[in-house]
Amino acid sequence: MTADHPGPPRPAPPATPAPGSGGEPFARGAAGDHVRGPAAPPGRGNPHPYETHPYETHPHETHPARPAANRTAPGHAPPPTEPVAHSAPGAYRPPARALAPLRETGRLFALAATVARDMFRRPFQFREFVEQFWFVASVTILPAALVSIPFGAVIALQVGSLTQQLGAQSFTGGASVLAVIQQASPLIVALLIAGAGGSAICADLGSRKIREELDAMEVMGVSPVQRLVVPRVLATMLVAVLLNGMVSVVGTLGGYFFNVIMQDGTPGAYLASFSALAQLPDLWISEIKALIFGFLAGIVAAHRGLNPRGGPKGVGDAVNQSVVITFLLLFFVNMVLTALYLQLVPAKGA
Amino acid sequence: MGTEVVVEGLTKSFGKQNVWQDVSLTLPAGEVSVMLGPSGTGKTVFLKSIIGLLKPERGRVLIDGVDMVNSPERDIYETRKLFGLMFQDGALFGSMSLFDNIAFPLREHTRKKESEIRRIVMERMEMVGLVGAEGKLPGEISGGMRKRAGLARALVLDPQIILCDEPDSGLDPVRTAYLSQLLIDLNAQIDATMLIVTHNLDIAATVPDNMGMLFRRNLVTFGPREVLLTSDEPVVAQFLSGRREGPIGMSEEKDAATLAREQRTPAPYAPRTLAPQLEPSPGLPSRAAVPRRRERVLALLPGLPEPARAAILRSYAPAGPPAGTVGGPVGGPVGGPVNGAVGGAAS
Repeated sequence: MTADHPGPPRPAPPATPAPGSGGEPFARGAAGDHVRGPAAPPGRGNPHPYETHPYETHPHETHPARPAANRTAPGHAPPPTEPVAHSAPGAYRPPARALAPLRETGRLFALAATVARDMFRRPFQFREFVEQFWFVASVTILPAALVSIPFGAVIALQVGSLTQQLGAQSFTGGASVLAVIQQASPLIVALLIAGAGGSAICADLGSRKIREELDAMEVMGVSPVQRLVVPRVLATMLVAVLLNGMVSVVGTLGGYFFNVIMQDGTPGAYLASFSALAQLPDLWISEIKALIFGFLAGIVAAHRGLNPRGGPKGVGDAVNQSVVITFLLLFFVNMVLTALYLQLVPAKGA
Repeated sequence: MGTEVVVEGLTKSFGKQNVWQDVSLTLPAGEVSVMLGPSGTGKTVFLKSIIGLLKPERGRVLIDGVDMVNSPERDIYETRKLFGLMFQDGALFGSMSLFDNIAFPLREHTRKKESEIRRIVMERMEMVGLVGAEGKLPGEISGGMRKRAGLARALVLDPQIILCDEPDSGLDPVRTAYLSQLLIDLNAQIDATMLIVTHNLDIAATVPDNMGMLFRRNLVTFGPREVLLTSDEPVVAQFLSGRREGPIGMSEEKDAATLAREQRTPAPYAPRTLAPQLEPSPGLPSRAAVPRRRERVLALLPGLPEPARAAILRSYAPAGPPAGTVGGPVGGPVGGPVNGAVGGAAS
């Protein structure tokens, strides 16, 4: 994945701003209609209809010689290229289909790298960022709060009944709070951002793409990644971090409420076990997770939105894919981060 | 003065489908060129390849030393600021009003004051006849208006290279005629290199200095307008007279049987008249490209086919004609019977 492969099927080196700025799927989506005509239908069997077409044998025909002579305005005559044209079709090999998933993954990473780089490129699109931040926040705050209360309650009830069986009821508080802060909260936030904000971002970018708005933007020398994607990704990241704090608080309060009211837990034991088990790095990892998940949701939504396959239906499919891919990635990355955290940060009192 | 665009050996495929191969041509600086071709021959793909939106597998597009195919993305973005591209359906930003759409390039690339921006935008909107619609959203106006707004947006930065993707589609014949005149006037005013992709015969007959045609994955020809307009090549002749008889079929190519039948009873082509090129509107400066073209065309005269040579010599016959009267004395009335009838049907 370096820049020293200048060949046509470029492996998306970091130098290219975005997979969306001219890659193949882009091309298929945008220009698909124009392609259907020119090439002969598959199965015609004749790769050079131009040379061997019966029409060429017409008596008055000077066709085969003409194109070479008139191709350019003389005076700017390029080197004679006619022989090249005959050997041409074999020379270019379209990329192998089996590697397509790998290619998509590479493009996703390339987009992530480009976005990370363009975050520091002036001018920063502050207005767009504020608008997107407000939009993502407004569609996620209420559902997040509503989801986090029952989620905190479920964990409190479940852990409470387990600790009751084990006879460690006084530690319910610590266990349930850690579960909420470290696992539930970042995941809830990320799922909601991917489902509510990410899908909207993907649909927005996708419809702009098929209406050629993004092409127009590029033609005007404005990078859609810098102008549109970066503010959106930053917005999802910031909303994720802030929302994570809110969900942690609401979830913890919900757990506390259910433990104390429903399961007759003692408030003092709940708080004491919390401060006995929990430590500051637990909060850090929670926020770091939220930040990374927000980034993931934004990048995947942008990537799918920038590369819809053909027409309005493709945009619908892209939205669907973006949500599914984000969910898969979230849980995988969460697993890796959790494993790393448990290995790297010693538990309190251990 | 406009910038020369040199295309060398360009080949583009989508998957296994070859769109065109080995296209080489030069758009001379400041001149107006037209690329003809039946629907679906990759004209739009060609346009997008020139500006670097699509990446052909082979070949180069050189503009001021920057290769729009292989150069680093940063250089390509810089070079794109020289371009104005008018998309087929305008490609306006759906969330912005027409005014904001047209002001977009100015706000992105210049530090002009808002009053200055307003003046330039209103000037351009007047040019394309959109005054009064500046507050409308693109979804609220007709396709023709969107198209003209797209043109206004492409012009707002005074580009050196203007690419127009089917400027006539969705416009009525009268507006198409106005648009043709507008393009020539523009060329006179800012001397930009222009490439118009179209299959409108009126535009093809009256606007360009140079013409090319794409057919069957190849550039059939590219050169001074007289070459194509007088060409007896079957593809060109069929296309310019808009008839069914010839190599172009409904699905681009005809099958051999139909062709053979046609060739047994060849219908004679009606003689085509060479309509004079449009001149800038009165009051505008004459086109700076005309004397340049005259010099260039006369230099390559010996290599041209006989009918084209004759047509060019006839058009330049009166010594030192006023700039812009290329093809003046030749041909019949403007948009003669053939061109007029066919142009109406094609658009």
